[in-house]
Amino acid sequence: MELLRFTTAGSVDDGKSTLIGRLMYDTKTIFEDQLEAVVTSSKKRGDENVNLALLTDGLRAEREQGITIDVAYRYFATPKRKFIIADTPGHIQYTRNMVTGASTANLAIILIDARKGIVEQTCRHSFIASLLRIQHVVLAVNKMDLVDYSEARFDEIVSAYKEFASRLQIPQMTFIPMSALNGDNVVEKSANMPWYQGAPLLYHLETVYVGSDANHVDARLPVQWVIRPQSNEWHDFRGFAGRIAGGVFKPGDDVMVLPSGFTSKIKGIHTADGELEEAFHPQSVAITLEDEIDISRGDMIVKPNNQPNVSQDIEAMICWFSEKQKLNPGGHYILQHTSREVKAKVTAVRYKVNVNTLHKIEDDLEIGLNEIGRVAFRTSAPLFHDSYRRNRITGSFVLVDPFTNNTVAAGMIR
Amino acid sequence: MSHSYNLNHLDHLESEAIYVLREVAAQFQNPVLLFSGGKDSICVAHLAKKAFWPARPPFPFMHVDTGHNFPETIAYRDEFIANIGARLVVASVQDSIDKGRVVEEKGPNASRNALQTVTLLDAISENGFDCALGGARRDEEKARAKERFFSHRDDFGQWDPKNQRPELWNIFNGRMSPGEHFRVFPLSNWTEMDVWQYIKKENIPLPSLYFAHDREVVARQGTLLAVTDFVTVAEDEKAETRRVRFRTVGDATCTGAVESDADSLDAVIAEVAAARQTERGTRADDKRSETAMEDRKRQGYF
Ligand SMILES: Nc1nc2c(ncn2[C@@H]2O[C@H](COP(=O)(O)OP(=O)(O)O)[C@@H](O)[C@H]2O)c(=O)[nH]1
Repeated sequence: MELLRFTTAGSVDDGKSTLIGRLMYDTKTIFEDQLEAVVTSSKKRGDENVNLALLTDGLRAEREQGITIDVAYRYFATPKRKFIIADTPGHIQYTRNMVTGASTANLAIILIDARKGIVEQTCRHSFIASLLRIQHVVLAVNKMDLVDYSEARFDEIVSAYKEFASRLQIPQMTFIPMSALNGDNVVEKSANMPWYQGAPLLYHLETVYVGSDANHVDARLPVQWVIRPQSNEWHDFRGFAGRIAGGVFKPGDDVMVLPSGFTSKIKGIHTADGELEEAFHPQSVAITLEDEIDISRGDMIVKPNNQPNVSQDIEAMICWFSEKQKLNPGGHYILQHTSREVKAKVTAVRYKVNVNTLHKIEDDLEIGLNEIGRVAFRTSAPLFHDSYRRNRITGSFVLVDPFTNNTVAAGMIR
Repeated sequence: MSHSYNLNHLDHLESEAIYVLREVAAQFQNPVLLFSGGKDSICVAHLAKKAFWPARPPFPFMHVDTGHNFPETIAYRDEFIANIGARLVVASVQDSIDKGRVVEEKGPNASRNALQTVTLLDAISENGFDCALGGARRDEEKARAKERFFSHRDDFGQWDPKNQRPELWNIFNGRMSPGEHFRVFPLSNWTEMDVWQYIKKENIPLPSLYFAHDREVVARQGTLLAVTDFVTVAEDEKAETRRVRFRTVGDATCTGAVESDADSLDAVIAEVAAARQTERGTRADDKRSETAMEDRKRQGYF
């Protein structure tokens, strides 16, 4: 069984909670005691119907305000795949939540209300999906029951979306007309829309090909930890442990270690289950080398004929997360990139992006909560990086405020 | 490309958990693994063994002992941990009671579950632990769905659900001020089914409580509680022997059994697949209020 991670985005009331509730209900992921609790609280709140949204609204503060305010993760499985949903709230100011949810997703479902068509938030959600390099986007045109299941209305929305999305980079787009409330084209094909030739949502989620989303070309192993057993049996064992961030490693491969530049050959690729013939993303392994080289956490094992960029000057798109402070031009931050941690100084703010229109803003360069902009940094030590476009792991970082220790921004390297 | 580079979901979850465990070893000075003898903490311990193999896990294991154990759990604990070669720290709720740190609940529903929080937080500060690894999963309960892998706790050990650090990609920020600590959950993305399938795949031995056996139980508020030294049968209640197993293993006073004939892993997995109740549905402590779990978590519960 494979794993598919997806994120869901939509404006408030487009039917996101209903859709997730339905996916979980129809795949038998909702248990009796959970349903019971929801029935009880729906009654307490005076809701007319059982409010499936309560199933997914986890925390007390949210229940009180009736809105979801943070990314929540939900799970369901069918015989074909296991799914992890990063459920992000549609509330207007929470760009940061969608960015967070999108960072680990292979696929994004963007909901729209068929009556309203494409709205500002649809643009924002699509832009974020594209920025975070989500390879597969599903535009779920919901509430088709309220537009008489009209094929013309659906076509109109699809062509408007394609027109807009041509400015983005989304490799695969799928359009599905549905009614989350009634279940049309969610799990079962809709009898109300015989004109729709495509598959229902769940079938698409079960079969969409995600095998080539990860980078299997540029070999990268950020070293997390060095395994040095204190036992006689393993006396000389020095395993460089980490999760493969890209490419394929095999015993006998020539490798180079950054930052030292020393080269060696892979002696073995070790796991507790035995040695591997090859290792690729996202496997966690420990590599031993033919030569004794001094390697520690934060170093990166690569191949001599395929090296990442090594530099102290970084250009990146960042999304700002802190409500307490804005990005300080000239400010110092801690930058976490793979297993490496360096200091970073902001050297320039190039522009900001209006996430609703995709226009560049160059006359106001203050980056605050939920804003996205292009920023240049100078780091205290070189980073070994690829562009985010090429590799989501070696191309991403977070900024940490050295005084509060909070994560204040996410960055995608150009 | 001659073949596709795909992992199945269990291998994927395993490699993610191992990654998280290694981050913990690297980012914290003095981490500890919370070991309850329940299947989830057994899985985390097993993963810790694999993550650092052929070395031993570079941190001790800690059991927060309510004193209300099923004897099977303690026997299992000692053997399992000896096998991994880890050091065991026992933090005892009885000690907390004796020292006057907590006051024992009274009455037929008395449980030491809430007291554990104080014992745990005391043990964390006495031992100077800066990170406690736990086996909690996001699918267990609503309040956990938004929990992070690296969950920050303030200097009172409390969790603030409104002020969590965003977690992106596989980058974890474990920075903190003195006195604060982290809870880290390597199984965040696992479901109950994943845990059972993994136990089968890895052939991990489990305490016998997880499999169907005959036991004297008493039905109380929709939960079947085992009759032990700590659970007294009231006058209007009747103890009877039934064929049961446990879906979680914790404090004997509040962990409910379910009627079951599943006496092998395969039978348990089949039962889990067909189940219509969450596993926490068998825990009396969650039924106290709708936000019971969230309230306990805020105060520093596991
Ligand atoms: N008619 C109709 N109503 C829907 C559909 N999907 C959701 N709704 C309703 O729209 C409202 C908002 O749905 P909800 O799932 O809470 O939206 P969210 O804010 O996106 O999570 C609720 O009253 C739903 O019952 C649909 O397909 N058709």
